[in-house]
Amino acid sequence: MRHPSVLIFLSCLALFTVAVTVMAQAGMVSTSFVKTLGMTLCLCLVALAMDLIWGYAGILSLGHFAFFGLGGYMIGMWLMYARTEGIVVQSLAGSPLPATPEEIRQGIGTQIFGVVGGSDIPWVWSFAHSLPLQLLLVVLVPGLLALVFGWLAFRSRVTGVYLSILTQAMTLALALYLFQNDSGLRGNNGLSGLQNIPGVTAGQDRVSVWLLWASALALGLGYILCSIMVSGKFGSVIRAIRDDEQRVRFLGYPVEGYKLFVFTLTAIIAAIAGALYYPQAGIINPTELMPIASIYLAVWVAIGGRGRLYGAVIGAAVVSLLSSWFTGGRAPSIPLGFYTINWVDWWQVLLGLTFVLVTLLAPGGIGALFGRGR
Amino acid sequence: MSALLEVRGVSVSFDGFRAINNLSFAIGTAELRAVIGPNGAGKTTFMDIVTGKTRPDSGEVLFGEVPRSLLRMSEAQIARAGVGRKFQRPTVFENQSVFDNIMMALKKPRGPFSVLRFRASKSDRTRVRELADEVGLAPHLDRISGELSHGQKQWLEIGMLLAQEPRLLLVDEPAAGMTLGEREHTTELLTRLARTRAVVVVEHDMEFVRRLNCKVTVLHEGSVLAEGSLDHVTADARVIEVYLGR
Repeated sequence: MRHPSVLIFLSCLALFTVAVTVMAQAGMVSTSFVKTLGMTLCLCLVALAMDLIWGYAGILSLGHFAFFGLGGYMIGMWLMYARTEGIVVQSLAGSPLPATPEEIRQGIGTQIFGVVGGSDIPWVWSFAHSLPLQLLLVVLVPGLLALVFGWLAFRSRVTGVYLSILTQAMTLALALYLFQNDSGLRGNNGLSGLQNIPGVTAGQDRVSVWLLWASALALGLGYILCSIMVSGKFGSVIRAIRDDEQRVRFLGYPVEGYKLFVFTLTAIIAAIAGALYYPQAGIINPTELMPIASIYLAVWVAIGGRGRLYGAVIGAAVVSLLSSWFTGGRAPSIPLGFYTINWVDWWQVLLGLTFVLVTLLAPGGIGALFGRGR
Repeated sequence: MSALLEVRGVSVSFDGFRAINNLSFAIGTAELRAVIGPNGAGKTTFMDIVTGKTRPDSGEVLFGEVPRSLLRMSEAQIARAGVGRKFQRPTVFENQSVFDNIMMALKKPRGPFSVLRFRASKSDRTRVRELADEVGLAPHLDRISGELSHGQKQWLEIGMLLAQEPRLLLVDEPAAGMTLGEREHTTELLTRLARTRAVVVVEHDMEFVRRLNCKVTVLHEGSVLAEGSLDHVTADARVIEVYLGR
């Protein structure tokens, strides 16, 4: 293989997954920590997508968490519907007459939408009863959104900071829409209980390990896909677009087509990452789609080192794990006598400072410590 | 001789300033032409119109044996139709190797899906090496092109243009920043290229234009002032006034 870094990465990932599995089985790590690690792998995957679109193609999208969140919503709908269906069927089983499909539907509607004062199942849930259809939507909904948004933006030659602002507006608009109760996705309550996989009786200790493996598999495949894309002539062309897109046009390449392709593909990768993340998180609500999440994504990739695939993975893993350590209340506070540094509050400041310092002093990020840049 | 490129009555203005004013221009399939003119005569705007960067307000631009309008085509489509452009400043992709730069320019399908499937064949690699050899960069194929000298970057860009196999070549001030030896090499190359394709050289270095020994078009205030051999146009009273008057 031309790229030893891919093999090194895949070996590290496999080793990590096996090690966590063994430790989980031996009871050395808690189920919730296994989930945290599995979620971290999903964040690494979305960071890969961000690196492809920003680090390689030069499009600073500040909206890729919208696709991540949408992927989560799409899988969450099936998880919640199928589980509620099971509960409703069970509770109606005691009644003297067998429950009609209409009664079951009503029961599900009341269970899921009671919190937003409704009992009808909105049309967006039309496919929620079917796992294959809803899995298809995980790819189709964010993919089509990215395709339409990208087509409109790129054909109008919106670039640079203007495009970034547009992507922010997209994710903000989507979040505000989802906050509404009549969006059909339970408003600010979001979808919950996603950690319970319908039809699975195994305990969370087992499920968490399965999801860790699924996340690791997705990350591994995503890494292979991304490294195929960035090597060879395709990688040459997208990096050329990043550096001087007008010149690429004069070479005869349809620049807008390339941008649209990369934008949509990375949106789909982000959506798959989201679809694996939220069953481990257990809950999704519109806050997840707020612009700040996408900005964090850019920060991870910048700190990790954009333009290097492993840089993005390292950045996402290190920063998100540190973030949950600092904000989880486990980091010791620092008493200064007159003032106590409480990390829950000061972590943001530390992260912001790190971002500024990395941007100014080490534009290559952590990844630059490992290899030659390009 | 049939025309490869024909520009008919083209006008364009920017904020009321008429950069190109009813310009008409034609060039044959295998011809070398120098376009000269004072600053602001519309030389660069002319190139921008032909390559699709600027849309004219009126007029027609036709290209090819079976004339096709270039005005409804995008920059990339025009480039694929066979119009190559060399910029005044060398514009190569500095983060990438000389080899990758030429490989990208090599005439091959340009769509994202075909590029994704593309694997360089032995003949592709040989072709890249030949082109590098032709522009004197064979020993530098693996170097990052940002490390090249100014002259070498100019040559790399010329190599990339050759790789595109254009039928019409627009060259903006090729001699700028070149040493005497490099100029001679450039003159020789442009003359040779013009045997098989149309080459338009925009230049205001008269000495270089004289070396090219070709038909000259003089632009002034966005339209053609005079056309003919260099001696013919430099004898023209209006040309003298534009260049030396004021």
